[in-house]
Amino acid sequence: MKSLARAGAVAGACCLLTGSANAAGPIEAGTAQPTDWNAILIFAAFVILTLGITYWAAQHTRTTKDFYAAGGGVTGFQNGLAIAGDYMSAASFLGISALVFTSGYYGLIYSIGFLVGWPIIMFLMAEPLRNLGRFTFADVASYRLQATPIRAMAATGTLVVVALYLIAQMVGAGQLIQLLFGLPYLWAVVIVGVLMIIYVTFGGMIATTWVQIIKAALLLLGSTVMALLVLSRFGFNFNALIAKAIEVHPKHEAIMLPGAAVANPINAFSLGIALMFGTAGLPHILMRFFTVGNAKEARKSVFWATTFIGYFYILTFIIGFGAIVLVATNPIYHVGNDLKGALLGGGNMPAIHLAHAVGGDLMKGFIAAVAFATILAVVSGLTLSGASAVSHDLYASVFRHGNVDEATEVRVSRITTVLLGIVAIILGVVFEKINVAFMVGLAFAVAASANFPVLLLSILWRGLTTRGAVIGGFVGLISALVLTIVSPGIWEAVFGYPRGSALFPYVSPALFTMPLSFLCCWLFSVTDSSKTAKTEQAAFEAQYVRSQTGIGADVAAAH
Amino acid sequence: MDQTSLRRIENDPNYRKLVSERKSLGWTLAIITLAMYYGYIAIVAFAPSLIAVPLFGSITLGIVLGVAIILASILLTGIYVIRANAEYDELTKAIVNASKMGGKR
Repeated sequence: MKSLARAGAVAGACCLLTGSANAAGPIEAGTAQPTDWNAILIFAAFVILTLGITYWAAQHTRTTKDFYAAGGGVTGFQNGLAIAGDYMSAASFLGISALVFTSGYYGLIYSIGFLVGWPIIMFLMAEPLRNLGRFTFADVASYRLQATPIRAMAATGTLVVVALYLIAQMVGAGQLIQLLFGLPYLWAVVIVGVLMIIYVTFGGMIATTWVQIIKAALLLLGSTVMALLVLSRFGFNFNALIAKAIEVHPKHEAIMLPGAAVANPINAFSLGIALMFGTAGLPHILMRFFTVGNAKEARKSVFWATTFIGYFYILTFIIGFGAIVLVATNPIYHVGNDLKGALLGGGNMPAIHLAHAVGGDLMKGFIAAVAFATILAVVSGLTLSGASAVSHDLYASVFRHGNVDEATEVRVSRITTVLLGIVAIILGVVFEKINVAFMVGLAFAVAASANFPVLLLSILWRGLTTRGAVIGGFVGLISALVLTIVSPGIWEAVFGYPRGSALFPYVSPALFTMPLSFLCCWLFSVTDSSKTAKTEQAAFEAQYVRSQTGIGADVAAAH
Repeated sequence: MDQTSLRRIENDPNYRKLVSERKSLGWTLAIITLAMYYGYIAIVAFAPSLIAVPLFGSITLGIVLGVAIILASILLTGIYVIRANAEYDELTKAIVNASKMGGKR
């Protein structure tokens, strides 16, 4: 029975985070909770506040620049907080603590991997991104390349990443809300979808930015209080906490080892690459760089984002081990008031139960509401990013070749937002049973294999041509998708083929697909002897000067 | 940007200084980050038992390395911002002004 409880908990943790084989949803592992009025009231307060902000933001959203980039007037500090809000999703908060809860140190490998992409973004990409782009990362990639094929490719990459990430968040939201608030799954998904449509359609990037900032502040506050309360139980001695965790966890000392999932070196490196470089290819994160006024503010944004996100991930060390000690050993958090029973509400709940263990009903309500706000904010950022890929890249550039007025483009963006919201609700319902983790892992792998190589090379390498970028981008995109489908995480766990039958035996394809994408970008550029290729390479110098100095960027931004 | 002003900026000593210094700092810090992280991943991959070696009481090498990598990431981005704020903005301003003057000529 005990092993069954563990298996349930592991399944839940896998759902939010890893792409490993166990595909059961957290729902199967537990039962719906009674309605938690603390959580509902705190969440209602968050919704009323953010709807107020959306109303205010709607008055200030007129132009495309307002809608996509909050008018370009966000400060570096604000944007840093908003990036942190965008980045610290439910997978980070609930998923990592759940993973530490079940597997110990293994979960912290994610904490570290999710952070180390940020310095890379800072040193190689942040300032050029701001100097070259206006609203989407496709602006940067197509700066000197042919707009139509590049934007079509970048928009495809964006929509695929956004869709995978959206499914993960919607399904996660539905399951969590069902558990936390005692609401039916469908209601939960519809509430998230409708609120997100309202925020983005009316308030655009201005509202989305403030929703992210408020959510980030709430999440940082909530996890700080939780970590302090946990430490206070151990006389503020982290060492004592770890010692106790090793003592009470059934695996004992083994929880300090990296874990079976990364036992294979190829798995360890592939996961490491996906986490680090996936960050630098997430369209909703890259989009945030266009909300600040200049390269200096872009740079500051990354510093503040890294600081807040890093601080938060250090807290996950305390919260994760705290949950092992305070939740795993307390029967009231288990089905049937019995330690042998599965965790109440399923495997993603350790952080929520920990909040109750250290701070009672009020703290639990607060943390539950923060978790919901977290998902809502991330979903809004994703939708805005998907909508801008459709309206700015596909509609305005590919179909209308730039012959479109701002009002029309914003209208198309709003219509797309509503459609994406409806699609997200449908996907959330259709994929209710899918392994959420697989989606998040796939989103990072696709971002690292399709968006990142093209974006990095377009900024840094003179030799890149349209042909190289389009082939490299699509090869990365398709190979990452195909290899993930034939990996154990979906081939065996979702399709139900026998163990060991997966054609691609590793957890993440990034170790192979990212270099493959770079290789194709290079190969099909250097062999491209067309006349346009020469023009594109010649245009690199002017692009480089602008990427370094920002000369011309202000003029274009004022458009 | 027309070819003349492009050449003028490229030949501006401030521009050359900006580009070469930012490039060397950016890549140095990027390589430190990559070495640090993939060094850690290499330990996870090839010597996982090292991760669980206790250093201070029950606190293991893995925990110390994890916190150290996170703090180092914050520190490295901080170093970049401080260097950039102190030097690059001044240089950029000088380049932009010189380019505007050149344009009026």
